[in-house]
Amino acid sequence: MNHQVRLKVNGTDHELDIPARRLLVDCIRYDIGLTGTKESCSVGVCGACAVLVDGEMYASCITLAASVDGAEITTIEGIAENGNLHPIQQAFIDHGGFQCGICTPGQVIAAKSLLEENPTPTEDEIKDYMMGNLCRCTGYYGILNSIAAAAKIMNEAAGNKAAGSGG
Amino acid sequence: MIDFEFHSPTSLDEAFGLLDQYGEDCRIMAGGTALVIQMKQRLSQPGHVIGLRKIGSLNSIESTPEGVRIGALCTQHQIISNPVIAKELPLLADTFRKVATPRIRNMATIGGGLVNGDPSQDPPPSLIALGASVVLTSNSGDRVVPLENFFIDYYETDVQPGEVLTSVLVPQAPAGSGAVYLKFLPRTADDYGTVSVAAVVSKGQDGTCKDVRIVLGSVGVTAIRATDAEDALRGKALTDENIRAAAALVKDAVDPLDDFRGSAEYKTDMAEVFARRAVEQSLASIS
Repeated sequence: MNHQVRLKVNGTDHELDIPARRLLVDCIRYDIGLTGTKESCSVGVCGACAVLVDGEMYASCITLAASVDGAEITTIEGIAENGNLHPIQQAFIDHGGFQCGICTPGQVIAAKSLLEENPTPTEDEIKDYMMGNLCRCTGYYGILNSIAAAAKIMNEAAGNKAAGSGG
Repeated sequence: MIDFEFHSPTSLDEAFGLLDQYGEDCRIMAGGTALVIQMKQRLSQPGHVIGLRKIGSLNSIESTPEGVRIGALCTQHQIISNPVIAKELPLLADTFRKVATPRIRNMATIGGGLVNGDPSQDPPPSLIALGASVVLTSNSGDRVVPLENFFIDYYETDVQPGEVLTSVLVPQAPAGSGAVYLKFLPRTADDYGTVSVAAVVSKGQDGTCKDVRIVLGSVGVTAIRATDAEDALRGKALTDENIRAAAALVKDAVDPLDDFRGSAEYKTDMAEVFARRAVEQSLASIS
């Protein structure tokens, strides 16, 4: 049965007429047309479909779009600022944080969620938080380095203490 | 997924009306992490899903004289990061931190997990060891059920038609007690435990075991309280020998399945090992 669902995605309001069974990942990709968010495992385990729902990281492959009616969603397309790549995106490029790229939108969203919660994570804290985002290209060191570098750059810009010094 | 109609009641009364109207053809959804997967796999095919997200009264955590009352819709992340839980029930914060991944902990709720009745979940052993109860609310009022009696069989609980699990009551751990939750994870960090054990141990002035609770997960159709092992230790000196003898009795209390996490025999052996370690570490944590 179709439902009227309102979502604000990356700052733009959408009014959708979609079936109750529409998953948030499909809604984002097919109804709204933002294909940056990927679906991989389909059971909430791998992290490829991660998006922010009212600022909290969700697995969009096991979220019903109708169940988050009224929410603000941030996808990978929404994190660049004023046409410039987000520091996390730039760090993934500079530090080899990806190979094939399928997991990358989810990795970047997860890193953003981590750094909002804990702007100065230790290496162990980065590993602990990112353990739910799988990469099958064995790119984990590049990912860890990218996030540590992004934290440092973001903290320098914000005048916080250096990353890696504890949370 | 088979299509269905989605309902977002904004009050419990409205939810009760929907439950009454659709009866067996509806499922209640909290965080949805379990239900949506079951629906995708067509293990559950409800015609109506009642989402509780817009009922604002179910997601608070408050300290009361009887203990901490946790609203059923509190997410696992909310419990981990709550100052009342950190101060009064550190065992719970530690237990919820061991569930799945940060993403799932943002979505999954305490009430939804309990109602799902999966015997491999982390929270039930710790909550039962702490003596928690659940509040089941219906049109005719509240029914309080000790969590120990709540799980009936594999994915089967004591929730009756028309009832909604609205909160979880967790008494404070007794003074002079130590508590620990151990999760045996030989595979990946986000997996279910191969075996898990929660223990709460209280030591008397004379060094004997004043009280003990040992509850295991992943080794039967529900979480299992090892009462024979507890009885063997209660009132005894907390020596290595007595703890070992008590932990050995855990093997008779469990009934695990063979699966990809290990054979039933292996899990039974590990249940004893982890029960012993849980009691030892609880004891060591008494401040």
